[in-house]
Amino acid sequence: MSDYNFAYLDEQTKRMIRRAILKGLAIPGYQVPFASREMPMPYGWGTGGVQVSAAIMTPQDVFKVIDQGADDTTNAVSIRRFFERTAGVSTTETTTEATVIQTRHRIPEQALTEDQILVYQVPIPEPLRFLEPSEVETRKMHALEDYGLMHVKLYEDISAHGAIATAYAYPVKVEDRYVMDPSPIPKFDNPKLSMPAIQLFGAGREQRIYALPPYTQVVSLDFEDYPFEATKANHSCGLCGSTDSYLDELIVDDAGGRMFMCSDTDFCSARRAKGHTGTSGAPFQEEAV
Amino acid sequence: MTPLLKVERLSKFYGQRIGCADVSFDLYPGEVMGIVGESGSGKSTLLNCMAGHQPLDAGQVLFNTRTDGMRDVVTMSEPERRMLGRTDWAFVHQHARDGLRMNVSAGGNVGERLMAVGERHYGGIRDQAMDWLGRVEIAADRIDDRPKQFSGGMQQRLQIARNLVTGPRLVFMDEPTGGLDVSVQARLLDLLRGLVREMGLSAIIVTHDLAVVRLLADRLMVMKDGHVVETGLTDQVLDDPQHAYSQLLVSSVLQV
Repeated sequence: MSDYNFAYLDEQTKRMIRRAILKGLAIPGYQVPFASREMPMPYGWGTGGVQVSAAIMTPQDVFKVIDQGADDTTNAVSIRRFFERTAGVSTTETTTEATVIQTRHRIPEQALTEDQILVYQVPIPEPLRFLEPSEVETRKMHALEDYGLMHVKLYEDISAHGAIATAYAYPVKVEDRYVMDPSPIPKFDNPKLSMPAIQLFGAGREQRIYALPPYTQVVSLDFEDYPFEATKANHSCGLCGSTDSYLDELIVDDAGGRMFMCSDTDFCSARRAKGHTGTSGAPFQEEAV
Repeated sequence: MTPLLKVERLSKFYGQRIGCADVSFDLYPGEVMGIVGESGSGKSTLLNCMAGHQPLDAGQVLFNTRTDGMRDVVTMSEPERRMLGRTDWAFVHQHARDGLRMNVSAGGNVGERLMAVGERHYGGIRDQAMDWLGRVEIAADRIDDRPKQFSGGMQQRLQIARNLVTGPRLVFMDEPTGGLDVSVQARLLDLLRGLVREMGLSAIIVTHDLAVVRLLADRLMVMKDGHVVETGLTDQVLDDPQHAYSQLLVSSVLQV
């Protein structure tokens, strides 16, 4: 462990990032610029989240990484290994055991507690970006609370699709002030954004950090006659039978066969360990025995 | 009667050069004021300064706000000015693409101002958009088409609908008929004249087309080299121009 400073980044960089995090927590939903460092992974792989995790990590922390809900995909495995090697912290796949959870595009099904910190990887932090290309102008719009444009996007959704078709990165308003991009989590997760855990958002390429303190009021934008709905596939998990978790759709053969399963792998395996079984879960169970 | 807009000794310089100098006038509710002059005479500069798009170097632009009476829009804070810009004011650009969101449907374009001032009922927004498209003679089934698919004249009419939907009291127009062919121009002018009379709008129209001001404007201001050289009632200025430049301008129009 003498090869790297603890958690890869040098102490001055961590200090700079912590200051940005504190400012972000003080102004919920406000995007704080920070001097993002080059990380030993490409942009788009979670460089923002990794820097935030590195800055808040202590040697006693238990670290968990989620990639689209899963603990065992490339992104999750490599970031977990990265911190095992550079910080020597213990890692886990169990949501309840973790103290710091870095996530890409999901909030765990298991409700988080005040003792946990959720770190999001954010590709594009600016919710107004695809409506207004100028950064100067979007900053001005945030400063002046000039958010009419955000509803134009939702209006366009309804006029084109008959409903608000935005299914992920669904814009929210934080504490009646800043409109914020919750990172590309499915809108199913939006109601969970008001939670007891601290939530930190890091965008490496775009050099922005923003944050939600515990129990922050977060409201998903909508129309009076088209209220916000947290949607999911209308099925139950094929493996654990859960009816209230967010589901991934899997193509299982060349004949159009498909199954739905929990996107949160830890949640799903915990349920199966307790004996819950879904409709397609039986063959898997037999194989496992 | 208190004027709606009171401009006092407005000056704008581009370095050594004069943009416009020492312009003063009053605009009363329901009145349409035309500003004519050749290219480079400072008329667009004047319009942009009044509308808060450009900082000015000297002078005052007082607007009779609904709540606080006469306020100087130059020293007003940015949020207040933006609020004015999407409620009581409207700005019609010469090129519709400067005033429209080309990637947003016609309905969204008209609805944007409503949503910006807090309208949150989709059905209500859509009804108002539909109503306004009708008023500017755009067929209701084009409501979900994008302005890209519209002709130049339709784009300009859409821009007008988008601007007037919040019931502004003052409209700034910069060459509203520029780049349109004469028959489309005639219909647009007809439409504008109807809307101005019907809604009791005050308007400031910048143009180099004397036919436009003859039809729309009550009063006329002739500009040359950044200075106002002549003002008066439209018919008076056009039929009996006093200043040499006004005479040149009026006599330059080809009589068909």
